[in-house]
Amino acid sequence: MFFDNRRDPMTVLWGDLNRLQNEMTRLFSGETPRASRSGSGITVWTDETNVYAETDLPGVLADKLDVTVKEGNILTIQAEREAPSHADAVWHRQERPFGKLHRVVTLPVMVDADRVEAVLKNGVLRLTLPKSASAQPHKITIKSE
Amino acid sequence: MADTLKEVNDKDTLTRHEGDEGVTISPRIDILETDEELLLFADVPGVGPDDLDIRFENGELTLHGRRSSPHEDRVVTNYQRVFSVSREVASDKISASLKEGVLTLHLPKVEAVRPRRISVHNG
Repeated sequence: MFFDNRRDPMTVLWGDLNRLQNEMTRLFSGETPRASRSGSGITVWTDETNVYAETDLPGVLADKLDVTVKEGNILTIQAEREAPSHADAVWHRQERPFGKLHRVVTLPVMVDADRVEAVLKNGVLRLTLPKSASAQPHKITIKSE
Repeated sequence: MADTLKEVNDKDTLTRHEGDEGVTISPRIDILETDEELLLFADVPGVGPDDLDIRFENGELTLHGRRSSPHEDRVVTNYQRVFSVSREVASDKISASLKEGVLTLHLPKVEAVRPRRISVHNG
């Protein structure tokens, strides 16, 4: 893919910064490590017109999910998953995380927050965030004199 | 329950699923037990019903899911976990459902091991 720039050094740097940011958020929010460990974080990639973000949210229902974009490029995903409740059951193994989840990612470019599309399918949230007009490539016309 | 559903950590088993490419990871699971059955939940985000393969063979239960890649240069992820199932489970009655990226397996116990209340009559 020509426009896929995820291996670009800047993108790598953004990834590192975002990991650091998530770690800081986790440390200061008092969120349990088990909740923040769920899934594999947020994957972000771009093409000419859009930024795409994907995150694993198995077992999360759409009405327990909250997605916001602040300041044009700060994407926040909040979700909650309840533990299976079986009154007379005995737990033998518990590896799946439950509770509140809070993920923040700074997008590499500004996006149009009013036109964000979100689809939740098979426990995966996929966001399509159109780049704001100023972040789209512009062709500069050169006048010859 | 320790022996009713026991994980098989054999490397050969984990790589044996035919046609696998990409990486294979172990999905997170929960196991609960009631008087009637064992319940297994597995997080398999990105797997649809057609990409799921659950097999019971020679006393072994294999869960396998293939996660399709959102775009071509991202590696395919396979979820796989193998359990040996004791005779306490009615293997012909195992059932599975998939919802919101969570696989639920019901493993009913055979009648003989279900707890029974014995009524005592006055002699």
